[in-house]
Amino acid sequence: MPITETHELHQRRFGRNLGVALCLVGFIVVVFGLTIAKIREGASMEAFDHQPRVSVTPPVEESR
Amino acid sequence: MTDATTNNITQAAAGEARFGDYILLLKPRVMSLVVFTALVGLVIAPGPIDPMIGFTAILFIALGAGASGALNMWYDADIDQVMARTARRPVPAGRVAPTEALSLGLWLSAISVAMLGLATNLMAAALLAFTIFFYAVVYTIWLKRATPQNIVIGGAAGAFPPMIGWVAATGAISIEAVLLFGLIFMWTPPHFWALALFMKSDYHRAKVPMLTVTHGRAETRRQILIYTILLVPVALGLAITPVAGPAYLTAALILNAIFLHGAWQIWRRDEATAEADGYAVEKRVFRFSLTYLFLHFGALLADAALRALGLWG
Repeated sequence: MPITETHELHQRRFGRNLGVALCLVGFIVVVFGLTIAKIREGASMEAFDHQPRVSVTPPVEESR
Repeated sequence: MTDATTNNITQAAAGEARFGDYILLLKPRVMSLVVFTALVGLVIAPGPIDPMIGFTAILFIALGAGASGALNMWYDADIDQVMARTARRPVPAGRVAPTEALSLGLWLSAISVAMLGLATNLMAAALLAFTIFFYAVVYTIWLKRATPQNIVIGGAAGAFPPMIGWVAATGAISIEAVLLFGLIFMWTPPHFWALALFMKSDYHRAKVPMLTVTHGRAETRRQILIYTILLVPVALGLAITPVAGPAYLTAALILNAIFLHGAWQIWRRDEATAEADGYAVEKRVFRFSLTYLFLHFGALLADAALRALGLWG
């Protein structure tokens, strides 16, 4: 038989779940916004990925 | 629904917290002061900062402060239960389990420090981590119940946020950041001891070694005056740094004169006089101390606005 009657406890749990969900959404928005801000600021986004490439290798001195 | 089911639900409900209870664990009133002082530290610091990065920095400094509040409530649940002012907090009231408060505090500490480090710089993150450690371990666990100088030591934790805001913006500690720290650090003892003079029974019942209990009320009055005298050069010293301007200088001169006068009045009074007028002077000085701090930081913001508008400096 389905439970049709709700108790104050259920409201309390719903409120808690909603609060946690909003916090998580807020956190995602903050991380996204921060990422955009860092990119706009020109922060370095390249790291060593086990493949040498021009931007991460030291400059080669020209031979005379 | 049977009677047995209803009974079970009622028993379960007694131990279930609302979302607001977890917010209360973070001490939102303390957080609002942290947000304000950290914001001022960040805004008045030299050099531009992206608004989103600034917002993130303030958010996670505040969250770090909240985390240390949750750790404080976890450890202090026994004395919170005894004091009327704190008995309705979520842990002593039984709405949140102590272990929940502990894990919330630890997780939020880790998240706030990591996010502040990613958003700004490692020094700001390290300072935030140290502040949480200082408040939760050095103050709450170690010294609060051991020494009547607990207020002085606890004041250091409250004094770090503007310094963290400054470091988040600049990446370094400078004399201005130290003076911002010093302003709150020296302000805290007279502020709280004025409160302790008219909230005497609470701390006494909880057996927290407040200065009023261990050294007497006359000594507390003397210490209020001493710390207020020591506060004045710190507050005025900030006026001669580049972050301050005419608004801060004017505010500092007036506010320090009033605060010093109040502390002098407290020192000259004895208990009989204070009891007779219901601790009117002590209450007035306590209320004024809040205005004092708010206006000092507000004046720094006003000077930053004057500089931004090209009207000063």
